[in-house]
Amino acid sequence: MKKPVAIELKNITKTFGEVVANKNVNLTVYRGEILSVLGENGCGKTTLMNMISGIYFPDEGEIFVNGEPVMIRSPKDAFAYKIGMIHQHFKLVDVFTAADNIILGEKMPVYSVTEETKKIKEKMEKELADVSDEKKKKIQAKYLAKIGALPFIKLGKAFKFGHLTKNRAKVLQQIADQYGFEIDLSKKIYDMSVSEKQTVEIIKVLYRGADILILDEPTAVLTPQEIKKLFDVLRKMRESGKSIIIITHKLNEVMEISDRVAVLRKGEHIATVETKKTNEKELTEMMVGKKIDLNIERPEPVDPKPRLEIKNLTIMNKEGGKAVDDVSFVINGGEILGIAGISGNGQKELLEGIAGLQKTESGDIIFHNPKKNKPVTFFHKTLKQIKEMAKQGFFHYPDGKKVDLTGMKKKEIEKLVNEEQILFYEDEIIDLKHKTPLEIRELGIKLSFVPEDRLNMGLVGNMSIVDNMLLKSYRKGKSIFVNRKKPKILADEIIDELEVVTPSDMTPVRKLSGGNVQKVLVGREISSSPKVLMAAYPVRGLDINSSYLIYNLLNQQKQKNVAVIFVGEDLDVLMALCDRILVICSGRVSGIVEGKKAKKEELGLLMTKTEE
Amino acid sequence: MFLTFLHNAINFSTVFLFGSTGETLTEKSGHLNLGIPGTMCVGALGGVVGEYLYIKSLSDVSEMTYGGAVIVPIIFALLFAGFMGLLYSIMTVTLRCNQNVTGLTITTFGVGLANFIGSSIDNSYFSVASNKFFNKGFVSGTDLNWFETLFLSYGTLVYLAIALAIIAAVVLKKTRVGLSLRAVGENPATADATGINVIAYKYAFTIIGSAIAGLGGLFYIMGYVGGSWQYAIDAFGWLAVALVIFSVWKPDLGIIGAIVFGALYIVPNYINVGTKSYIKEIINMLPFLVTILVLIVTSLINKRETQPPASLGLSYFREER
Repeated sequence: MKKPVAIELKNITKTFGEVVANKNVNLTVYRGEILSVLGENGCGKTTLMNMISGIYFPDEGEIFVNGEPVMIRSPKDAFAYKIGMIHQHFKLVDVFTAADNIILGEKMPVYSVTEETKKIKEKMEKELADVSDEKKKKIQAKYLAKIGALPFIKLGKAFKFGHLTKNRAKVLQQIADQYGFEIDLSKKIYDMSVSEKQTVEIIKVLYRGADILILDEPTAVLTPQEIKKLFDVLRKMRESGKSIIIITHKLNEVMEISDRVAVLRKGEHIATVETKKTNEKELTEMMVGKKIDLNIERPEPVDPKPRLEIKNLTIMNKEGGKAVDDVSFVINGGEILGIAGISGNGQKELLEGIAGLQKTESGDIIFHNPKKNKPVTFFHKTLKQIKEMAKQGFFHYPDGKKVDLTGMKKKEIEKLVNEEQILFYEDEIIDLKHKTPLEIRELGIKLSFVPEDRLNMGLVGNMSIVDNMLLKSYRKGKSIFVNRKKPKILADEIIDELEVVTPSDMTPVRKLSGGNVQKVLVGREISSSPKVLMAAYPVRGLDINSSYLIYNLLNQQKQKNVAVIFVGEDLDVLMALCDRILVICSGRVSGIVEGKKAKKEELGLLMTKTEE
Repeated sequence: MFLTFLHNAINFSTVFLFGSTGETLTEKSGHLNLGIPGTMCVGALGGVVGEYLYIKSLSDVSEMTYGGAVIVPIIFALLFAGFMGLLYSIMTVTLRCNQNVTGLTITTFGVGLANFIGSSIDNSYFSVASNKFFNKGFVSGTDLNWFETLFLSYGTLVYLAIALAIIAAVVLKKTRVGLSLRAVGENPATADATGINVIAYKYAFTIIGSAIAGLGGLFYIMGYVGGSWQYAIDAFGWLAVALVIFSVWKPDLGIIGAIVFGALYIVPNYINVGTKSYIKEIINMLPFLVTILVLIVTSLINKRETQPPASLGLSYFREER
């Protein structure tokens, strides 16, 4: 038996500027089913759903609701077609109660004065039909007063005095009971947990009478128990004949909840399959596609020694959940470590935590400041202290191997020292925990950070290239006046070497194109000859040539024995460029893979691995 | 003595109350209208122009009636001040100019324009209109009991100010329109997504707010000082803006706040400061000091309800992400 079609998309195309977000997408959703829309970041899942819910309007193609072609131009239109979307970032007013949020903006039935007047006149004429003249006047006066009051009644209806308290509690409680929500309707939103907020959003959509519900990454912010509850609710909705579309990239949830899965890749609809007839592996393959050879150079790592050690790092997000959860890894100098993962899984927080921009909850960030080796001399140290130092890795043999002193006697050690068999492992070890970026710089640690948000965090858009160079060096100035000489030289160098297209070095950065902005930023960060270079999505929004230029720059830094962290979203690039790839999922390290041996499917699985 | 003091305080509070009720409504829609002082001046100007035109149309001053002498200036004040609100909305809502800059421009413009025209208008019979109609209470005379003095002896605009403040409070708290308005000021994107016409709300309540504030200027000229043009209206405008903060964006609290401000403003007239006129100046400063205190206290309490609307001062543009 085939279920009736709820909504159908035909050949939907949407472009933003030159970027094609969706291309000829066809999708069908039936009544009483749960459809998962699966895909990597930036594959156009959310754009597609935004077109159904009226936030965007498709460039091409048609949408059919219940078999009829419709135009959805605004969220209002979407409500009219009983489509409701629960956004990833909740659209709720914080200082309102749950109930106020739910009834906000609800349309009232139209109250027409002229029609009401007609009704009253009819009534009056009926009454006037069989009464004496004397009474007639009285009755007429009574009805005229009634008609005169109508505009005021209309005004009152428009403002709806008292309505807020009367009917809503009952209706809302009914909805809550029907689907098994647990909610305190008089609670303020700012007192609520994420899961409660989501419940409010769902009830809001149901209260508006939605038959087609779209949930954008509903489980991203929930605990496993809350997810279970949500799924129970969704199943109840399915039973009552509602259509549910859920956007997700977590495979296990797809398998658990949905009836069918639609897979999108790079804006195109790959396939829609029945969940029962597929498996996680097949879906991953559809999601990530085949490997593409990119021809990005990957020179061998130069003298890889630990540069930055992250130990059990935990960072909280704004909502109080763990953005980075117990992450440990080591980055060597002279290698590029890629970080792969669906965006929003803690990459941003991790990098900002290392750079000193985010408060870390627990864990250590240890920086090894490389210096030359020098002979060991023990002054007044006891054997115990020496052994303790050895354990911490302060000594090594001339060939670089660490010294293990356990079980050695004092004389043996002295002999080794005198013959300069043991060298002091002189890497300065500095804990970066709880240090601000300025403190880190004052410690002499050269840590460069190319943030994701170039024009807000990286550069000042309204300032010229020269002034942006100045931002990193003005503290060195001694005069009270700004000296632009050196920054100007640096700016001109960067413009020259990186081929930045700009009218002059005094042009405000915001007027440059995305690729040129990125070149300026990366150029500045590299110019300080860093020991660690962190780049978050450095090629996002860049054309191919600019991207390759950035890859080359990163490789150059690698060969200068810099530890490079590269957060990327294109798996092909990560696999071609990085020596090792760390995969992060829900703030946890789900695996570290050698770049050469990495397989796309493997990375894809790691990226979507959630704890069972 | 105390009774007359309280009477005068309440009478004078009307200037602030109109301003703060209007500004509260505007701020609830997310717009910080610093043009209120100028708008109040223009409101006064409108009233004066209305009164002038009305008196000119009479063949004899004795023909003056309540409807003409009070209602005509009120309508003119509403229109003139409302126009300033419209100007401000076009600039901040549609063109998305910076609200602070726009507001200050409106103030500079309004004060200059109103003082220029207002001071040169023939106000020969304004005192008649003021005494006979604007300040006419339910009862009048010299031998009033305390109840009559405190509650029944004010002019029309005093009652109108209090009524408007109460209506504004009820609308904000109890009605659907108020709920939508607050949502617009807190989170316009959310309001937009639920189908509220954000732009219309912003326009409507900025204009209504400005129009109401304009009545404050009218009351000061035609009610409080009795018809002669004064240059001090914009100073009360700033106090009205401060009063919005003092009353934590609640028009009903604004009534009490306005009376406190009014009392603080006129108290120097009731104490003998002798030659030490600086004491007067210090007391005149108190309303601002109290406002700073309120700001400190409300931010210390850090309760969400006592904070300004979340998107106050921010322009809203749907397609911005």
